[in-house]
Formats: sequence, C-alpha cells, structure tokens
Amino acid sequence: MDLHQLWTIVSLPDNVPIVLLMIVVPFYTWYGLRQAFANDRLIAELEANPALAKTHHRKTQPWKPGWVKEVHVWPYLLRIEFLAAIIVTLLLMVWSITLNAPLEEPSNPTLTMNPSKAPWYFLGLQEMLVYFDPWIAGVVMPSLIIVGLMVIPYIDANPLGSGYYTYKQRKFAILTFIFGFIVLWVTMIVIGTLIRGPGWMWFWPGTTWDHNRLEFAVNRDLPDIFGIKGRVMKIIFGAIVVGLYSVVAALGIHKLMNLTPFARRIFKRMSLLQVATMQIFLIIMLSLPIKILARLLFRIKYVWVTPWFNV
Amino acid sequence: MADGNGSKGTSGNGAGEPEQNGGKKSPVTVLVEGAKAVGAQAAEEIKALKQPEKTDVWKSVLRVKHDETPRSRALGVLSNVFLHLHPAKINRDAVAYNYTWGMGGMTFYVYITLVFTGTLLMFYYHPSKVVAFRDILYLEHDVPFGKLLRNMHRWGAHLMVIMVELHMFRVFLTGSYKKPREFNWVVGVILLVLTLLLSFTGYLLPDDQLGFWAVTVGTNMARATPLLGHDGPFGHQLGMTPFNDVRFGLLGGSIVDSNALLRAYIWHCVAIPIIASAFMVVHFWRVRKDGGISGPAPVQLESEIKEPRKL
Repeated sequence: MDLHQLWTIVSLPDNVPIVLLMIVVPFYTWYGLRQAFANDRLIAELEANPALAKTHHRKTQPWKPGWVKEVHVWPYLLRIEFLAAIIVTLLLMVWSITLNAPLEEPSNPTLTMNPSKAPWYFLGLQEMLVYFDPWIAGVVMPSLIIVGLMVIPYIDANPLGSGYYTYKQRKFAILTFIFGFIVLWVTMIVIGTLIRGPGWMWFWPGTTWDHNRLEFAVNRDLPDIFGIKGRVMKIIFGAIVVGLYSVVAALGIHKLMNLTPFARRIFKRMSLLQVATMQIFLIIMLSLPIKILARLLFRIKYVWVTPWFNV
Repeated sequence: MADGNGSKGTSGNGAGEPEQNGGKKSPVTVLVEGAKAVGAQAAEEIKALKQPEKTDVWKSVLRVKHDETPRSRALGVLSNVFLHLHPAKINRDAVAYNYTWGMGGMTFYVYITLVFTGTLLMFYYHPSKVVAFRDILYLEHDVPFGKLLRNMHRWGAHLMVIMVELHMFRVFLTGSYKKPREFNWVVGVILLVLTLLLSFTGYLLPDDQLGFWAVTVGTNMARATPLLGHDGPFGHQLGMTPFNDVRFGLLGGSIVDSNALLRAYIWHCVAIPIIASAFMVVHFWRVRKDGGISGPAPVQLESEIKEPRKL
C-alpha cells in the first residue's frame, strides 16, 4: 500500500476539484432523492385518498391556512442571494489562499508528460479513448452527448414530475440520467484522474506509479477470436455483431420502458419519432459500458474491423 | 423609519448666500451677522441630511420612494436594473434552498467573479509564446495579490464547471425541463458546453507543461474528426492533411504553438464570454418568460394525467 502515492495524486492541485466532485455529487444525489422519496410518500397518500387530494396543498413544505402564498423578493429572496454570494466568495477566497493553482515547467514540445492528461472534466472522454478510436471517443460521442442532452425534453413524454422531486413517477428517466451522469460521466472522470497512471495504465489507488511498468498488448479483435479471415468477411461479421447488439439492446430498452403498467401508459403517449430517437441515443450510450466490459474482461479491441474505420 | 418628520430642510443647493447690507453697521458686525446667518442655514441643512432620502440627489438616483409599503418593495426590485430579472413576488416555497440548491444563481455569481478576476489578469498577461509563461511567474511573485488573483480564477473556473453540472442534475431531478421549459434546457446545454470550452481554452494560457499537453491531447482528438480530420474516417479520402483539417483551424497551425496560444486567448477572453453572455441573457429571460422557476410545484397524481392532444 503506497499511501504516499495516493496522497500525491489526491492532493495534486488540479485533482482537488475531483475530490470535491466525489463529495458533492453523492451528497446532492442523496439530497435530491431524499426529497423525491418524501414526495413519493405524499403522492401515495394522496392517490389513496381522493378527498384529501382535493384539499391538500400537495407539497411536503409546511403550509397553514391563512399563510400568504407569495413573499416579496426583497428581502426574502435577495437576502438569500446575497448570503450565497458572500459564502461563495469566502469559499473561493479560502480555497485560493490555502491552495495554489498548478504551474509546471514551461511548455516543452520535446518532453512529453507521462501521463499527459486533459483537464479533469474531459478525462471521461480521454478514458473513452481506451475503448474506442479517437473519432468515436473524441468527436462522435461528445457530439452525441450534447445532442442527446438537448433532445431530452422532446422525447420525455411523461407529463408527471414537472417542478418537484419524484422518483416513482419518473423511474426510467431518473435512473437513465443517474446512469449517464454518475455511472458513466463522473465515474470515468474519477477513473481517468485517480486510477490511470503513466502510459495510461490501470493503477489501483494505493499502488505505486511505476514508470517502467510494461503491459503486453494482448488485445485482439472479435473477428480473430472467431477465426474469421479476409477483409470482406470481417466487415460483414462486424456489421452483423453490431447489428445484433443494436437489436438486443433495443429490445432490452423497450422491455425496460414497458416494465410497469404506468410505464406502458407513458410509452403509449410517445410518438414513433420519440421512441426511435430515444432508442438510438440509449443504444449508443449502452454501447459504452458494453465495450468497457468487453475490453476489461475479454481484452477485445475492435468488434467491427473495416479498412476505413474500426469500432 | 418615520421619526418626527420635521422636514424644514431645504434641498441642498443654496450654497453662496449674498450678504445683507444693513445701513450703518460696522463691517465687523455685518460680517458676524452674515456668518451667523450662514451658520444657521448650514445647521439646518445638516439637520436635513439626517433624512438623506428627502434630498433631490437621493431622489434622482433611486427614482422611487423606499418605505416599507408593499408597493415600494416591489418597485425596489422592478425599477432596479440589476434586480429586475426577479419578479416582485415569488412563491413562498421557492425560496427554500433544498429545491434549487442555489446552483444556477451561484454559477452566475462565479461567472461574474471570473470575469472580474480575468479582466484583472489580462492587465498582466501577453498572449505570446515568448513572455506568456514569464507573465505568470511575474504575476505569482511580483504583482500584489497576483497569486491570489490567479488562484481565484483557476479555482473559480473549476467551481463553475462543478456547479453547472450540479445545476443540470437538479433541473433534471425536478423535471424542470418539461413543458413549457423545453427550450431553456437546450439553452442550458449550450451554456454547459460553453462553460467547458471556456475552461479548456484557459488551460493553455499559462503555457506550462500541464496546459500544453492537456491541449495537445484535447486537440489531437480533432484530427480524428470523421470527414474533417486527416486521421478520421474518410478524412484522407476527402483530401484532409495536417495542414488543412479542422485541427489546423483550431490551432492556427499543425502543432500547439504561438498561433494556438493567441487563438486560445481570443476565444477565452473575448469570443466565448460574449457568446456565453448572450446565451445567459436568453437563459435568464426565458426563466421568467416560462413562468419563473419551476417549483416546488404541487405534486400531480397519476390518476390526473390528461390524454395527449392529437395533432
């Protein structure tokens, strides 16, 4: 156990934001879900009691008859904003006084940093480079993430859960987002920061970063495992595998989207275009963890080998 | 506030009172009397200053009365250019921290902090390969509070990225992107991308090993862009070389060098802040136009879902 190495990584100034991220993301997930569950209990109560549903103010916040529904922005909101500004300023000041921004040696194109890492918020993408070629990991996937985020409001046909925390009414949406944001985005940033060492090799936290470590590249392509020879055959085989994966993933996603009677009801509201869009984005999103597992467990480099691109 | 309203105070513009010329009084008496009169007037005017809100200067600046009437409180927000994005009144539950986490507002505040510290940093920085790194050293060791300034800018940038991500997480968990706020979510995604780009372009500016290799790694992905990069699928077939592809356009050259530094500087200090500010204006405007912040809204029940409109 090399605690010193661990400390060196964690206390590296530019890694401090990730340590902060590892604290605040679980905290706010808990904080949001706690309110979601509280609302879910209220919803269950109101669903069971239609008479109460008519009179109840339908929030978990306290309310008594006679209370005004609206308050003045000045001072009730502005004082909070003012306080928040002071707290953020203080936090930033203290952080900046106690910890210096990193500054390394002058840039030197002839001396490659090892590991040379992108800024932390792009480390998820850099980690993706292990599993996909740069044109997918660096260009296609980021573009799809951006477009995929943008289409969310237009493919979410669920009318419930607008303006309050809830889990029960939006299980599929919330689990998908948590999977994408926490399991994929944040976890891959953490892996890229804390675990990837020299040569972008996998070093468990607490092991020493050995700059002389060698890893024998034993990765193989899927067609080779199945003994498929010839360029054309490989193209066809890869296309079949990718197509097969898409079909299986689509069926699985379809199954998940229709798991409960409520989910089926929401599904019926979706247009074909909405379903198709959601399927395409989710199939591609799911391909990432599948490829990660294929690489880490079975040492598979490419699934689809063609002269023009490899997947 | 209203204590004994004895407003005899003249508004403050009678500075030079002409001296009274009374018959055969000696010049000394005239002078003393004159001084007494001026003194009395001055005393009166000073008394009036105890109620500065009654002066013309005060009124000219603030335009409306600020007493404790609901109308004044509303006007205090609505007639103030910095506050007028707020409504006059908001839902009493909307001020609760646990709903919004304050992330959107704090992100904006950190952005303002970054613009402020960034502008100060620009006074000491030349985007030139020859002096950029030395400017940082100068800033860290010689400029008063230069180190604090740089630290605040650096950590503020990281903080902003974290806050933007958490803001998006909260908006998703509360379903705030749902009707009628779909488009504002899209604007928000654009702002997220712009935030990452702002942070990324700033990474290169110190011109140290960290920034140089991070940007090298980052922009190397651009060479793999399908069709538009010389290493990407079908790039070669379309005649892409390291000297005419999309990476060349980003860096102003085939390697990360002085042109790349200048481009990063201009994107970072001028172009992206202007674009981001424009999108922020739209973002905030839309928050108001789409009906203010989304909640905490009363929970909706499954039994109340209305059938969707058929087109």
